[in-house]
Parts: sequence; C-alpha cells; structure tokens
Amino acid sequence: MIQVQARTEPSTLMTFASPFLAIVLTLIFGSLLFTALDKDPLQALHVLLILPLSDAYNISEMLVKMGPLLLCAVGLALCYRANMWNIGAEGQLLAGALGGSAVALMFIDSNSALAMPLTLLGGILSGMAWAGIATFLKVKFNSNLILTTIMLNYIALYLLIWAVHGPLRDPEGFGFPESALFSDATLLPVLSDSGRVHLGVAFAIVSALFAWFLLSKTHLGFKIRVYGADEPAAIYAGYNSKAISWFVMLFAGALAGLAGVSEVAGPIGQLTPNVSPGYGYSAIIVAYLGRLHPAGAIVAAIFLAILYMGGDLAQIEMGIPIAVVGMFQGILLFFLLACDFFIRYRIVPYREKMA
Amino acid sequence: MSETLKNQSSRPRLELLNITKQYPGCLANDQICMKLMPGEIHALLGENGAGKSTLVKTIYGVVAPDAGQILWDGHEVEVKSPSKARDLGIGMVFQHFSLFETLTVAQNIELCLSRSQLHSIGDLAERIRDLSRTYGLNVDPDRFVHSLSIGERQRVEIMRCLVQSVKLLILDEPTSVLTPQEVAGLFTVLKKLSSEGCSILFISHKLHEVTEICHNATILRGGKFVGDCEPANETPATIAKMMVGDLAEQDAGYEKAFGETIVFTANNLSLTAKHPFGTALKQINFELYKGEILGIAGVAGNGQEELMSIISGEDNRHLKNMLTLDGRDIGTQSAGLRRRNGLAYVPEERLGRGAVPEMSLSENTLLTHSRGFVKSGLVNWKALKEYAKSLISQYSVKCHGEFSEAKSLSGGNLQKFIMGREIGQNPKVLICAHPTWGVDVGAALAIHQALLQLRDQGAAILLISEDIDELFLLADRMAAVCDGHLSPVVRAEETSIDQIGQWMAGTFINESEQQEALA
Repeated sequence: MIQVQARTEPSTLMTFASPFLAIVLTLIFGSLLFTALDKDPLQALHVLLILPLSDAYNISEMLVKMGPLLLCAVGLALCYRANMWNIGAEGQLLAGALGGSAVALMFIDSNSALAMPLTLLGGILSGMAWAGIATFLKVKFNSNLILTTIMLNYIALYLLIWAVHGPLRDPEGFGFPESALFSDATLLPVLSDSGRVHLGVAFAIVSALFAWFLLSKTHLGFKIRVYGADEPAAIYAGYNSKAISWFVMLFAGALAGLAGVSEVAGPIGQLTPNVSPGYGYSAIIVAYLGRLHPAGAIVAAIFLAILYMGGDLAQIEMGIPIAVVGMFQGILLFFLLACDFFIRYRIVPYREKMA
Repeated sequence: MSETLKNQSSRPRLELLNITKQYPGCLANDQICMKLMPGEIHALLGENGAGKSTLVKTIYGVVAPDAGQILWDGHEVEVKSPSKARDLGIGMVFQHFSLFETLTVAQNIELCLSRSQLHSIGDLAERIRDLSRTYGLNVDPDRFVHSLSIGERQRVEIMRCLVQSVKLLILDEPTSVLTPQEVAGLFTVLKKLSSEGCSILFISHKLHEVTEICHNATILRGGKFVGDCEPANETPATIAKMMVGDLAEQDAGYEKAFGETIVFTANNLSLTAKHPFGTALKQINFELYKGEILGIAGVAGNGQEELMSIISGEDNRHLKNMLTLDGRDIGTQSAGLRRRNGLAYVPEERLGRGAVPEMSLSENTLLTHSRGFVKSGLVNWKALKEYAKSLISQYSVKCHGEFSEAKSLSGGNLQKFIMGREIGQNPKVLICAHPTWGVDVGAALAIHQALLQLRDQGAAILLISEDIDELFLLADRMAAVCDGHLSPVVRAEETSIDQIGQWMAGTFINESEQQEALA
C-alpha cells in the first residue's frame, strides 16, 4: 500500500520536472487517443511535434504563433505572481486588435511614418483599457477578477464581431464581415526574407526579457512577488496594493493588446472575426508551464506554438480534426496541475508503526 | 471515580517508555521516559524546540512515535488518533483553541462527542451546568462562543474534556492568555480535579506557576530527558538552569528611564470594529516620550490587534487629528509613508506577516528596509546581502546564511531577525507586539536587551504583551486594555501586578464612567 505524505518543504526538483513529466504524460495519453482514432500514433506525434520544426518556413510559422502566446503569457505570469487571477488576456487581445484596427483604418490611404506606431499604440491602449475595466471593478468593489475578466472576453469578442459587420466593415468588401486591407505603411515589418516573422515576435521576446529584469532586479518587481507570496506581509510592509494591482493588470493588458494589434497589422493585415484561435486562453497554460517565470514562458510558448502548428499540419496531412489541439492543451494543463501536486506532497510506501 | 481512587497508590495512570520521534533533520524526542500517577499534577518543562509539544501530541494520538511504548493503567496501548485518546480518557486543551465562534458552548461540546457518549449523557446542557457548579467553571451552555473572553473559552475547552470523564488532562501553556486573577481561578479548578484523581500534565514557560501547583516536573532539552524534580523543593532559578543548561544568563532587573519629549500621541482614538468579532476602540489617549517604553497589558482580543494596525497604518481607514508623530497628523498617511517617517513595527505573527516564508533573509530585509538599497527603482542586492549578513551576526540569528528562507528559522531566531531589521531602521517609534511569545529564554534575553538599547538611543517603544512579568521587567510606564478601553497610564514602579491585573479585567472602565457621570 502507499500513502500520500506532505513534504516538509516544496521539492525544487519537482518544480522543474513537473512540466516535463506533464508533457510526457500528455504524449502517452495522445498516443492512446490517436490509436483510438485509428491513426498511427507515432506518425501523428511526428506530424504534431517534429514536422513544425522541420524546415525554415515551418519554424517561421511556428514563431508567428509564438509571438501572441508569449506576449499574453508574460503579462499573465506577472498578474499571477501578484495573485491577480486575470483570465482575460483573450479579451484584452481582441480589444487590442479592434482598437488598433480602428486606428489603422484612419491611415488607409496614407504613407505616414506615424501610421504603424500609432496603430500599435491604439492596440496597446485598447488592451489596457479593457484590462482596466476589470481592475477597476476589483479594486473598487472587490469583484471577482476571474469572473469579470472571463465575461469581458465575451464582450470583447462580440464587440469585435459587431465592428466588422458594422462600422469597420470594408465598404467595398461585398458584405463580408472584414475590414479593408491595411495600408503598407501600417503593417509591421517582416524580419526575415522568407516567412512571416514580424516585429511583433521581437516585441514578445523583449517583453519576456523585460519582465524577467523587472521581477529580479527592481523594487517594484520585488513588491509584486511579496504581494503574491504573502499579502499580509505586503500590507504590513506598507506596500500599495492598489498600485500593484493596477500595474500588473495594465501591463498584462498592454501586452495582450500589443499581441492583438500585431496580429491584425502583421500576418493577417486586416480585421477579421478570427483574429485569435484562443491565444489568450492558451497563454494561461504557457504561463503555468513556464512556472510563472518570464524565461520559462519563452520555452513554454514555443512548445504550445509547435502544438498549434502541428495541429494545422495534422489536419492537412492526416485528417486529424483541429479540435485535437484544444484537447492536447487541456490534457496538458490537467497533467501539469496533477504533477504540481507532487511539489508539495510525495507518495511513500505505507508502513505500519514500528514497535 | 471509585475505580481511579483504588488505583491511585498501585500503578501509574500513564507511563512512557523510551518514546522516540524522528522528524526530517531533527530528533524531536529521544528515548523519553515519564511516569504520571493518578491525581498528580505534572509539569513538562523545556525551552522551545525541546520536544514538549511532540511528546504531548504523541500521548494525544496526533503524532505516531517511531519507537517506544505507552502504558495506560499498566497496559500497553497504541494511541492511533485523538479520538482513541479520548476513548481512553485523555483530554487535551491546546494553546490555540479549536472552538467554532458562531456556535454555542453546548453545540461546540456536542461536536466532539460520539453518539454513544451523547446517549449516555442525556441532557448535555444540564450536565454542563452540573459540572460548571461542581468545579466553579462558570460556563453557560447557551452562550455563543464569540461572546466569550479568552479565559471563558479556555474553560469551555476544559469543560469539553470534563464532559468526557477525563482521567488525564493535558494543558499546553494554559496560562499564557489569562489575567493573573483568571490564572488563580484555573489553578483552583486544577487542584480540585487532581484531588479527585484526575492526572494533569501541564506545559508552561512560567516557572513560578510550576513551583506553585505542580507535584512533579519533567524537564526536556533538545529532545532529551535531562532531569525531573519536585518543584516545591526548587526555585524558579534552579529550574530555569535545568531547562537551559548553565550557559544562559538570566534577565536581571533593568533600570527604568523617563522621557521628556513627546514623539507620538493618540488623542481620543475611537474606531469601530472592522470585523464582526473584532473589538471597537473607545476613546484611547496616550503619549509616547522619547527614550521610554510604554507597556500595554491585556488579555488577547481586547483591542490590541486593532490598536496596532490603526497606528501602523495597516488598517487604512483615515482618521483626523487622532494620531500624531513628531507633532504632525499621520492619520491619513499610508503604512508605507508612516514607515518612512520613522515608525517601525514588529508584528505578532512573525511568519506570514513579519516575514515572507518562502523568501530569503536578504529579501525579507528588503521587505521593510529599502532605504539605501534601492536606487532609481533598482535593488542593490549585493549591498542588501551584506547588510542581511551583518544583521544575522549582530543578533546571533541561527541560520545557514542570508539565503536561508524565513520559514526554515525557528520562531525565536526569526523574531531576533525581524527585531534587528526593524531596529536597524533607527525608528523614532517602535511598535512591538508580544516580542518574546514562544521564544526560548536565551533569545528572549537578547530581544529584551535590544529593546532597551533602542530605548536608550532615544526611541519610543510601544510594547504590547500578554506576558505581565515581561512588561514589568521592561516597561517604564504601563497601562492595560480591556474591551477597547485603555486604562490610565502609570509609572511601572508605582503600580503592582494586582492593579494591572484588575485593569486587564476592566475595573477602570466603571471608575472612569462614574467620574464622567459626576463631572
């Protein structure tokens, strides 16, 4: 027989081993899933995980997907470090896409050098505003942040859908729910000759490095960590909890908004109803898989981007439904939380009391 | 009862043989033997970390020993759980009570009785009233627990054991939360129980109490049995020596000091309670002078927590013209600003409030001490580490180094560290709550001396403690709180334990109300 026993202190080994263990378990589970679907599990895993890294084009596509995931995840990691349970990256991303598009469409016939920066700024501010609503409700009325941010996700989505059917619809677009194509001056520059890796991907990496620096080197980052680890200690020390709440939420909103506007002004080039395949939700998994550490988020974002890519490829090559990607993400988070249990607990053989 | 009396002379009620318990990295109990006769009041003494709690938890079935035997009335037993212990007739009153505030006394007691016990008792409320009369416990079964004082709650816990016809009652530091008068009442109850054959195992830090009522004492040090004695034949000093070894100095009397310059005032400070079970503050007035220690006595829950958090600014409600520091109104300043203006604070809970458990000691230094270590928003971790190291050596904090997590330190060592951190900011006013609660004798001495040194450097110290001996040792002026009222403030030499004890029970409230009525 075995029994579960609390560890005297959290295991450092398990803290780092847990994400890898969760990935292995997810792959095993995936193999069973593919077998049940009458697909060759080895081939499926190959398409899902190896093929996205097989050539330069695929890698660049993978990085394009990594960008928004990482931007959102860095902001979320900071929020979670401060015990602000922001589930609203998706809504903030959509708000950023919507606000950025509104600015971009003002420059539709312009070659102004300001077009791109102002579009980005529009996206960032829209994301911040969206995060600000939930933060205000939390700080002022102590409303549940998880609920308000989730609800705001839906409001943002329907606001965006309304906009592409209404005010932002391309008048010459034959009634399709899409905006006009943005002018070249508005679009983010592409960083490589081949592929679509754009400036937004670089922003993502820089944001992760900045957040790392913030947490480890600055007084503000230290206060965020104290606030998340031990709120009574933060109050005792006299830290301004409202300011910290506002900071992490607006920071996360800005990054998510940047992710959104980078999509519409990057690979998509216009506002469509399908800006995000759920990047803002997947970023929650990225943040946790990366142990709420900005550097860990980079690695985790690459992994989830591979899964996104692999899902597309598996659909094309093997006829595996795209829903499998969502399934994989869900199972991954499930196993991750299960494995995290062993950071604080361990299983030992049950022994009778020694006489 | 007749059965117990019959056994009284023949064999021990409880006998422990070579009890050993190993925790990771710490041998908490090393082959401990102990005997407890029926009707005996037995003291279990030792510093913090000596293994007292582990031993009583073993007896009560909370902790399973790695080796050793427990004999109950001469038969070997295995106490697998507290309910097994209760079935045997062992009752325990923990230091922190386990009562539901929103239930009545009778409901609380009912909760821990088995169905068969309830059946055999019949009318529980009547039984409680019976026992209450017999032992003078004065416990009303219909009252809600949140309306009871700490002393009354303790009596409910004792009642809970009595209802189950207890044969061995274990009390973990029972007097630490009581007024001197309540302590006397408790001792009367214990003596009566003992005379009826109930054995009592009594854990205490207060040696004069042990010499007063205990028949025998077992002394532990570092998990080992170091000796036993008959307290009646010893003095507190000789027992203390056995507890700490010969090395530790004893607190001697200290000279009292008097300040002349006011640094801090509370003027007609009144405040409603923030929580339903909190205490409202009522018309509190006092001044703090430079270079003095003002001691505030009181039983826990009489407004101390509220008073400290409104002074420190943790309670962020704004007050007008009620609190001044250096002549300026600080009632609307945030806790952080008050700190920057020279207010420091050692809170009651060290881990989880005074220090972040998972953070290193250098990080915990930065928690409240950022002056000089933060430049344009960036933390100078290198300088901070050096400073944390110097705090560790200056206050002899036992730890692996400045990288040790706060939670890896013992309570006393963490307290020395927090004390050093707050004193290191050269505060004008230090609020200090229960500075040596649960701290061993050696560390308490170091903490006392650090406080006196800070006073002599000209700081004003507001010392809030439940330990009345400590207050008389350190405080230059004294007062007591009761139900959110503050008694008159008097010089420590001009008062007595008896007067402070009466103030703790609230006698001054009626006097002042009468005076108001006359005026």
